[in-house]
Order: sequence, then structure tokens, then C-alpha cells
Amino acid sequence: MSRSSIDPRQAVVADRLAAVDRVIGVTGSKGGIGKSVVAATLALSLADRGVAVGLFDLDFTSPSDHVVLGVDRSFPEEVFGIEPHRVHGIDMMSVAFFAGDAPVPMRGDAATSALLELLAITRWGDLDVLILDMPPGLGDTNFDVIHLLPRLEFLLVGNGSRVVVESVRRALNLFKELKVQMVGLLENMHRGRSSAVADLAGEFDVPFLGSIPYEPDLEEALGDADRLRATQLYAAVRPEIIDPRPGPALRDSAHR
Amino acid sequence: MHELALADSVVKAALRAADDAGISSIERIVVKVGELQQIEKDLFEFSLTNVIPTEEERLAGAIFDVSEERVRFECRSCGNEYGRNDVDIDDEDRAEAVHFIPELSHAYARCPLCGSPDFDITAGRGITLERIEGSGADEP
Repeated sequence: MSRSSIDPRQAVVADRLAAVDRVIGVTGSKGGIGKSVVAATLALSLADRGVAVGLFDLDFTSPSDHVVLGVDRSFPEEVFGIEPHRVHGIDMMSVAFFAGDAPVPMRGDAATSALLELLAITRWGDLDVLILDMPPGLGDTNFDVIHLLPRLEFLLVGNGSRVVVESVRRALNLFKELKVQMVGLLENMHRGRSSAVADLAGEFDVPFLGSIPYEPDLEEALGDADRLRATQLYAAVRPEIIDPRPGPALRDSAHR
Repeated sequence: MHELALADSVVKAALRAADDAGISSIERIVVKVGELQQIEKDLFEFSLTNVIPTEEERLAGAIFDVSEERVRFECRSCGNEYGRNDVDIDDEDRAEAVHFIPELSHAYARCPLCGSPDFDITAGRGITLERIEGSGADEP
């Protein structure tokens, strides 16, 4: 008796994350709205409060969490699989640890395969929260994590620009259709009096996680954990924004 | 060794496939090791025998049949097909990166005809469970 060819990696994804309590994908429908800065700073904030946190940079073609946190790139240690780097109390994994500065042009299928490989070999161990820094957009990787990680919750980042608000609305509609668990909607780079992002959260009945003020000098803090800790961004991404757990499902609101 | 984690995935996938096919005694597990990932066949066979759970009776008599598969790239720009000797991934850091994540070949490999980094890996990428053979209670 035989079976046709099987990709064995999927068989261990659940095992590798068995001791991880929550998996939160920090996502956004557009590039340049600060997903990586939010994801990495949230991880730092959680680690500083004693939360066991992992940070997995899934933006394979343009990884940047290591830049935000000021991490030296080096190959991870091999044990039974590979060990994430421990950085400022965060367990961290990124293709930047392997590829250095080289550009990594990849189509969706290749990114899916790279994601599966890293899920199959990375030893995350006991974590309260694993944060996934998603690539921009609503493409392949978003579907991959939805399919591969049934416990996934999304934390959606947006801002008040009309260009972005329109795209956040699309994302909320998609996540509602896909019945994705939502931590909530977080506004980044808030300026002026616009309440467009908070209003969207209300309209879709997802928790509004607050507004991070626009900080002109945030750039100066990137790469330096101590300076990041002094930013308004760090103050805004306090651990409470991802509690109460787990986030209410959009499917609940859809049935009301 | 990260080969152990991959071997573990093969054994778990084989057990899952056995469940699906109603196989209660697995006799043969056929595995392909892709050239691109640069995993030594002997080392992988050793890893496979080391990750079998001792209490797993379904695998008690199982033989691993491991063979190597040549890597093939197909250029999405000009259609050219090429192989391992046509790409420059021999530098130690490059080889190591591709060993962990074969898709990182996209950072280094280029089509030898047109120079494009836009290619598919059509064969010989990494570890594949080709099939399992065995018998089960529901066998005719």
C-alpha cells in the first residue's frame, strides 16, 4: 500500500508550537504603516514585563525587526532544529539571520515553503505569546498563517490617512469573511483629530486598541532598545492591549 | 542538528499517512533528499532511525529507503532549465543559509543564461516523503 508524495513539514507545525499559548499576527493591508516597528516594540514591551514572547519576522523579502531592535545577524544555533536568538528577552527568528544583506526575491510559493521550513525546524519552546510580523498586504503569507495556525489572532495596524483607511476597511471585511480571530485594530502615526480608525473598529465591532501618536523623532530610537523604551510608541503598546484573551472573534459580531 | 527536526517531520508524516491509509504495520518509508538542501544521505538515515519513538509499534519493522534527487531550477524569465553546478551557492555562508532554508537560493542563484533571480525550484529542493508501504487490518 502506498501514498503519493507528501511534504512532511506540515506534520510537525502544531507540535513545534504546542507550548505557545497565543499566536498573534501583526498585520496591515498596506506597506509603510509601521507593522514591524509596532510588532517589535510590542514584543519588547511584553518581554520587559516578564511575558515569555517570541517574534517571528515573516516579511521574508524585506525583514526589518532586527533593525528595529538592533540585533546583530548571525546563524541560529542548531540543536534539535534551530534555536531562535534571544534578544532583549525576546526569542527572535528572521531570515535576516541567514541571508544577511542579500536581497531575497521570492514569489508566493517560495515564501510559503520558507515559512513551512522555519515552522518545522524552529524550537520556540514555552511562550506566552508568539508575535508574527506579517508582510504588507493581504496575499499569500496571510493565507498561509490562517491555514497553518488555527489559533492565530490578528492585530491589525492602520492609520488615519484616507488611503490607508480604505484599505483597512478591505482587510476587516476579508478577516470577517474568513472568520479570523481578532485582537483588535491599532492606529499608528495618529495626527490631528481624525477618528476614522476608531470609527472603523466600532463599525466592525472589533476592539480598538488605541492610537499611537506620530513621533517625528522615532527614527532616532530605532535600533536602540533603551531609546525605544522612552518613546510614546512603547508606552502605547503596553501588554494590556493584547488582553483580555483571546480576542473576540469577528464571527461573533457577524452573527449578531 | 536541524536534520533531526526534519527527520521527526518525516516520521510523523509517515504515521499520519498510515492512519489515513489504515496501515497498522509500516514496512517501508520512501524518502527523497533534495540536492539543494545539502543534507547528507547517511546523516539523514541516522537521524531518521534516531527519532522513531521506541513505543511506536507501527514502525517496529520499518525500513527507510532514502535516495537523493538532483536539483532543477526553471527560469521564469527565459524558460531555461539548469542545475546545481550552474549556480554560485558554494561560499560557506551561502551554503549554510540554503541548507537551513533552500528558498534562500533566491538570494544567490541566477539563471546562467539571462541572469534572472526569478526561478522555480522544480525538483530536488529538500525532504519529501514519497510513499509508505505496509499492511493493515483493512488490507484485502
